[in-house]
This record gives sequence, C-alpha cells and structure tokens, in this order.
Amino acid sequence: MTFADTTFTDGNALAGPLRELFALEMTSADGRCATCGRTGPVADLRVYGHENGPGLVARCPGCEEIVLRLVVTPERVWLDLRGLVSLAVIR
Amino acid sequence: MSRLAWRVAYLREVRDETPSARTLVLDVPGWPGHLPGQHVDVRLTAPDGYSAQRSYSIASAADGDAVELTVQRVPDGEVSSYLAGAYAVGDPVELRGPVGGWFVWRSGDPAPVLLVAGGSGVVPLMSMVRARAAAGSRMPFRLVYSARTPDDVMYAEELKRRALSDRGLDVSYVYTRRAPDGHGRPAGRLTAVDLAEWGWPPEFEPAVFVCGPTGFVEAAADLLVDAGHDPRRIKTERFGPTGG
Repeated sequence: MTFADTTFTDGNALAGPLRELFALEMTSADGRCATCGRTGPVADLRVYGHENGPGLVARCPGCEEIVLRLVVTPERVWLDLRGLVSLAVIR
Repeated sequence: MSRLAWRVAYLREVRDETPSARTLVLDVPGWPGHLPGQHVDVRLTAPDGYSAQRSYSIASAADGDAVELTVQRVPDGEVSSYLAGAYAVGDPVELRGPVGGWFVWRSGDPAPVLLVAGGSGVVPLMSMVRARAAAGSRMPFRLVYSARTPDDVMYAEELKRRALSDRGLDVSYVYTRRAPDGHGRPAGRLTAVDLAEWGWPPEFEPAVFVCGPTGFVEAAADLLVDAGHDPRRIKTERFGPTGG
C-alpha cells in the first residue's frame, strides 16, 4: 500500500487559494447552500481535488451538492460560486 | 499581482519528533506573525519548472521570524518526503501565509478549551498550547490526544513537561493500537467515555477544536454532539491523502 501526501480535505484548504482573490479571510465566512439552504462556515465544506490538479471542488456537508469550484491556471484563477446563495463575511 | 505573496524561507534547525515525523524550524524574513491554528502553503519547484504545493499547519506560537512545521514522512508523498528527508539546514523553500482564520484560538476568548487530536492532527493544537503559555493565559485547556502507539506521540517530552508546569493544562492520551504498560486504558479508538472523562461537560460551553484524519474528525465530532455539545462550538480540521 502506498500513501500520497496528506492535505486538508475541508474548507480550511481553501484559505490560501481564496486569499489570492479576497482581501478578507474567507474560511470564516458563512455560506448559504443554493440547494438545501444550509448555512455554515466555508471551513466546513468538503473539499475534493488534488492540489496539483487544475482545481478544487467544495461540496455542502449537508446535501453533498457542489457549492464552489476553484480552478487555478498560470494566467487566471476561476471561481465558480453558482452553488451559493450568499457569503456573509465578518468585517 | 497576488494579494498573498510567496516568501523564501530557510531551514534553521530540525528536530525529530517520531521515527516518521520531524519538525522544521524555518527562518522567514519579514514574517508578520500568526495566530495558533493558522497554516502556510509550501511550494517546491523543480529545475524543469514543475511545482507542487501543500498546506501545513503551524506548530509553533508566534516568535519573530521563526515558523515551525511538523512534517510526517509518507512514502510517495512528493512534498512531504522531501521536507522530511533531503531538505537540509540552510536550504530555501517557498512559503506563503499565514492563512486561515476559522480554526484559530484567540487568547481573549473567555471559554475553556477542549482540544481533540488524532495523530498528526496534534500539530495546530500544539500551536494553541504553546500560544496559551506564551500569552501567560490561565484559560483551562484540556488536550485529548489519540495516537497509535506511544512511539507515535509527537512533542512527547514537551507535553509531559507542560502538563506539570503549565497550570490549567491537562493532557490525556488515547492509544489505538498499543498502550504503554500501566496506562490503565486498553488500546482502542476514542470513545464517548474518554471524552466525558477527559473533556469538558457541555454545560461549560467549551470552545472545541478537533483535528486529525477525516474519519477521526467525523467520529469525534459525532461523539461530542451526541454528548450535548453545541455543533457551532465545535471547530474541525480534516486531512487525508491527496489521492495523487
């Protein structure tokens, strides 16, 4: 059996990548799921995807639907938020 | 232009923690300081331009330009196997941070603290224990640390010392595969009884931090919620293989 590197598998993994886009710390922000309405911190999302791959997918811990997709290329960062109704950020 | 800049850090010192984990003491010129529980992203770039990036929790309390990471050596882990192996004193590495602000203990928080660690999930919790001492805080802290065997316990000597010298800090161990002689508790996974005996009752409204492999965190968080802890007071951080 072999093991790969371990890494965060929840929204805590998004802290660095989202800090490239936002001036504020976003893992503490409360997101509302567009599918089930669950509200909770970004840190609690379930995150999938190899960090060396093209991107990360975050799913709602309540209904498992995709709430956020983040793709980083050398030229651009793509953020797809269609699974979120809102993000409430502490100022 | 990125809002979060990569910095070059240099390895100052290495400490072996267990046969498979070591602590890297990094010099990070211009480091702005950090809160316990925050992490950094580390990037390695090969001469051909291929780069790999991983997140690591910070193990130390804020202390000038020094940042300590504890890295578990994993076969085939392209970043960890380098950092825990060939990476030598004086060598550079790219690092950015600190990042994260949710899985963080703030010394002004008036709640007693329960820390629940599974394996190397103890790393950010150790930062909290150290920051508590550095701040001169008297806030009651309890650490429940689950490890496979006594040989797998990180920071073993320091935890033993702090449990005696840091007033208000209790440290309890759960061994899942082999317990030392005279431990009293047979080897086995974390149970509701362990958390009831060594944690805080829910009525104390503790701030709870759980960190470890995904399965451990889910199980521990479920036990805490079943025991009556408010899920909003339980902060979790999960890790697992990258799958690559």
